[in-house]
Amino acid sequence: MKMNFRLKIGLAILVIFTMGSFLLPLFNDVDPSQQGTYFKNLPISSDHLLGTNTQGQDIFWYLVYSVRNSLILGVGVSIFTTLISAFLGLSAGYIGGWYDRFVMVLTDSVISIPSFPILIVLGTLVRGNTNFFILGLILVIFGWAWGARTVRSMALSIRENEFINTSRFSGSSNLEIIFQEIFPYTFAYMVVGFINSILFVINTEAALAVIGLSKVEVPTLGSILFWALNYNAMFIGQYMWIVAPVVATVILFLGLFLTSTGYNQMFSTRRGHA
Amino acid sequence: MGLIQYISSRVGAYLIVLFVGITITFFLPRLMPSDPIEGYIAQMQNQAGQSMNPETIRELRASLRKLYGLEGTLIEQYVDYLERIILRFDFGPSLASYPRPVSEFIFNSLPWTLGLLGTSLVISWVIGNLIGLVAGFYHNSRWATFLETLGVILYPIPYYILALVLILLFAYIWPIFPLSTTIMPGDFSWEKINSIIYNSFLPALTLVLAGFGWNILGMKALSFANKEEGYVTFARLKGTPSRTIMFGYVFRNSILPQITALALSIGGIFNGALLTEILFSYPGLGLLMRTAIGSGDFNLLYGTIIMSIVSVATAALIIDLIYPLLDPRIRYR
Repeated sequence: MKMNFRLKIGLAILVIFTMGSFLLPLFNDVDPSQQGTYFKNLPISSDHLLGTNTQGQDIFWYLVYSVRNSLILGVGVSIFTTLISAFLGLSAGYIGGWYDRFVMVLTDSVISIPSFPILIVLGTLVRGNTNFFILGLILVIFGWAWGARTVRSMALSIRENEFINTSRFSGSSNLEIIFQEIFPYTFAYMVVGFINSILFVINTEAALAVIGLSKVEVPTLGSILFWALNYNAMFIGQYMWIVAPVVATVILFLGLFLTSTGYNQMFSTRRGHA
Repeated sequence: MGLIQYISSRVGAYLIVLFVGITITFFLPRLMPSDPIEGYIAQMQNQAGQSMNPETIRELRASLRKLYGLEGTLIEQYVDYLERIILRFDFGPSLASYPRPVSEFIFNSLPWTLGLLGTSLVISWVIGNLIGLVAGFYHNSRWATFLETLGVILYPIPYYILALVLILLFAYIWPIFPLSTTIMPGDFSWEKINSIIYNSFLPALTLVLAGFGWNILGMKALSFANKEEGYVTFARLKGTPSRTIMFGYVFRNSILPQITALALSIGGIFNGALLTEILFSYPGLGLLMRTAIGSGDFNLLYGTIIMSIVSVATAALIIDLIYPLLDPRIRYR
């Protein structure tokens, strides 16, 4: 299998971000969210690659920890959303009937109900005693639906193939057919769905954090912007505090998006259709 | 599936979504460990310097429970809640600016959200789909590659990043637009309309740009696939002009899945609009939600959330009902 251009770029970005954010903290023993560690408003130098902010925090190290925490949250939540959407999508598509209709009503409701306001309520109600675990749980509730919808429609069309009948007549159970015959065909999409879900999770957490409704004490790609806005970074000319996380977010998201579309492209050329 | 069946199935789905949404907003806060009323009482006691006696607190708790609709069993509360919202559209009084009803606040800010979202949605959908059509139809040219790259770069950028970049560029570094929205109250006049457009420009631009990537990429893939169909080759061999093929053949067939996709993603677009409003202090539902959280006004918060669900579901229903006008297969079957 030959990797296409998109996949190469995307994977390169992801590898750099993952390696950087997980390995670099090994060489650092200062808590980046500790205030007053360094002098305030230092310019860019070899000691402080992106300078320091008005709280005396090193912007570069804060950013490194932010990327790491956002990635951990994204991957952790996405494992669960992918498992749920695979299970519901495959079973609904294969079993059909009332069960399928029930799952689809649930899926379409979760998709069409605007999740952000409900996340805001949950964020407000658990504020103060939120931890990352509860936040992740909430994100799982809203993250599985798109994937389930796509997997279900794939399972629905695979079910019509002759080899499914062959398998059934040779005595396979429903569970065996789902996992041995249908699942391999949907696996490539699940990888794509998994990466898309990481993007969704990081984005949603960051969006909540930017308006102060996540656990803003934990450095993430959203909370770094929340503090920058909170201390009027733009107004006092501390542009690096805003620009650095913005650029990092854009590149990371581009990397995730290119990986998912590139991977999808690679598999659709192999399958012979999109 | 006939037209009547199509419409009734859509309306049915609409009612189900509304019901599920209202039910979720009823049960979620009641499943949470923290009690907003106790929090509110603790806050009042702090302000009163712990000087309230237990009798007053008991009365306060009782009247607060009544205002929140927390009397009786869970089932009674639920039935009462459904009745109040569906039949009377009553979300109770606002608790921060008692006794003004929540619905009054909602109807003041709803037009702002709908105006901003509606305008930017139409602009971004029309222009984005045209760009996608050109990029897919002339996919070999250098311009098409450029347009597609634009879509790929814009697609994954989240709303809050676009909003912050626009604020940074056009309100700080090159201050030609206002930092946050300030619109003078008063009657409608040219000046007021001008000021609304001036103040809404950056938030609208955020929403338009955010919608571009999705529209461009979706349309590009569809028109690229449809271009290879047999009827397009036939039209070309017949000597149909290229422009007619592009709009009359490829566009007409590619636009239908794009409409279905729009109906499904309107919830996500609405989420982005709420966030954009908060970041620009734009006086719509999003900002109202933020205010409600800031002042601990739970009646107002739930009112705005139910209103969001109703607006999104209604918008999706309207799009679904427009669909048969464009798809003759549903009309004539």
